[in-house]
Amino acid sequence: MREKFTQTLLQDIVISRQNLSLAYILGTQDIKQRYKRSSLGAMWLTINMTVMIAAMGLVFGRIFNTPLHDFFPYLAAGIILWGFISTVLSEGCMTFIDSEAMIKQLPVPYFTFILRLMWRNLLILSHNIVILPFILWAVGRSFHIEALLVVPGLIILLINLIWMVLILATLCARYRDMPQIIQSIIQVIFYVTPVMWMRQTLSGDAGKIMIESNPLFHLIDLVRAPLLGEMPSSLSYTVTTLMAVIGWMVAIQFYRQYKHKIAYWV
Amino acid sequence: MASIEFKAVSVAFPIFNVESRSLKNKVLSISTGGKLGLDAKGVAEIRALDDINFVFKNGERVGLIGHNGSGKSTLLRALSGVYTPQRGNIHIEGKTTSLIDISLGINPEFTGRENILIRGSLLGLTRDQIKDSTDEIIEFTELGEFIDMPLRTYSSGMQLRLAFAVSTTIEPEILLMDEWLSVGDENFKGKAEERMQQLADKSNILVIASHSAEQILKVCNRVLWLEHGNIKMDGDPKTVCGAYFS
Repeated sequence: MREKFTQTLLQDIVISRQNLSLAYILGTQDIKQRYKRSSLGAMWLTINMTVMIAAMGLVFGRIFNTPLHDFFPYLAAGIILWGFISTVLSEGCMTFIDSEAMIKQLPVPYFTFILRLMWRNLLILSHNIVILPFILWAVGRSFHIEALLVVPGLIILLINLIWMVLILATLCARYRDMPQIIQSIIQVIFYVTPVMWMRQTLSGDAGKIMIESNPLFHLIDLVRAPLLGEMPSSLSYTVTTLMAVIGWMVAIQFYRQYKHKIAYWV
Repeated sequence: MASIEFKAVSVAFPIFNVESRSLKNKVLSISTGGKLGLDAKGVAEIRALDDINFVFKNGERVGLIGHNGSGKSTLLRALSGVYTPQRGNIHIEGKTTSLIDISLGINPEFTGRENILIRGSLLGLTRDQIKDSTDEIIEFTELGEFIDMPLRTYSSGMQLRLAFAVSTTIEPEILLMDEWLSVGDENFKGKAEERMQQLADKSNILVIASHSAEQILKVCNRVLWLEHGNIKMDGDPKTVCGAYFS
């Protein structure tokens, strides 16, 4: 029953047209279902996020005493990206557990369920990100040419999130306390990562080390910096690319070892 | 051409009790000197299939009989590729389609048309294939205008008709079923029966678990009798059914 590394990669991970279209249909269905029979539908995503950012911007702008011109767009981009990342990771824990009925009935590659999750959350992200131009406009700023770097940044972010979810989903199917543990960890990361507060607030070498040794910071900054008209640091690119390569090698090895047991665990 | 070969296949389900399933206790057991680990360690298992051997050839219509818990459903799931056996080898030539639960994926909030797409995709049909057969499905189900209404407005009979119609549009090489599908009122039953029969005829290999001797004798040309995860008898329907149902 032991398969080779590449075999697992080809059979399960490399995206076939069929499981891509299934992931697309199911992911879209998830969103549609959530807002079925509501008159504004998925627009609620945008509205909720706007309300939250406005409230947080006003309060925390005051607390940190930062000019809204800088803080508002920074917070908006950060919160939107953080929302995406944290939802992917916490829902990622439940991906296989929630797909139990399908896993036990159909020999669909499990990776399809991960694609479904990614697609669903990308749809949500796309609803939320439309707030940003308005906020930039409101504080008298606009996009710069650097914004184009959002594309490679987002791709690197996705590649990294997928390997994390692959491991989390498998682990959580076996150990049912894991989702709770992960939840707590995500919460802690939220506070130590500069999302609500700006880098500048934390001065000195200790602050610098704390921020730059945090992989989540680099992942967020890869997308956030271009949105705000800045270049992500080359350190961020190096760290995240390395993470992607090593992470995927570990994830495939891990998945190869345990994928045959997932149907028995869920 | 399709064929299925099982060589010394065993499938066992690990039973994680509440304690051993939690990581917390694994950590705890280390810190408390392994006391908790002792009863958590020997994970109990239920062996659902035990050293099963057979070959199904093209054209065979295989009936699975046996009491509840004898391993029929597990065997069907091992055939569909859901369960990888802990021991032994399974070699399957041809694409398997499982009609074990025809309502899987059906969502009451969506319209009949949307459900055709969802259910069809789960069965492995492409978008084009689904598009091509949508009209035929609507006609067969006699749902008319209802096809554009959410499924929660359907009667349960209507929902089943739709699930049945979509599930039977496939072109199966190997068809797996848990009980013969039959849906609808007296009127519809005849139509459904005919469609089901066509589907069975089209498939290269059919494997069906059933508790009905009549059904088995009608459809199958070979029967496996399972008991406690072993094959108790394997042969022509008359002999095996005669032994089992007597």
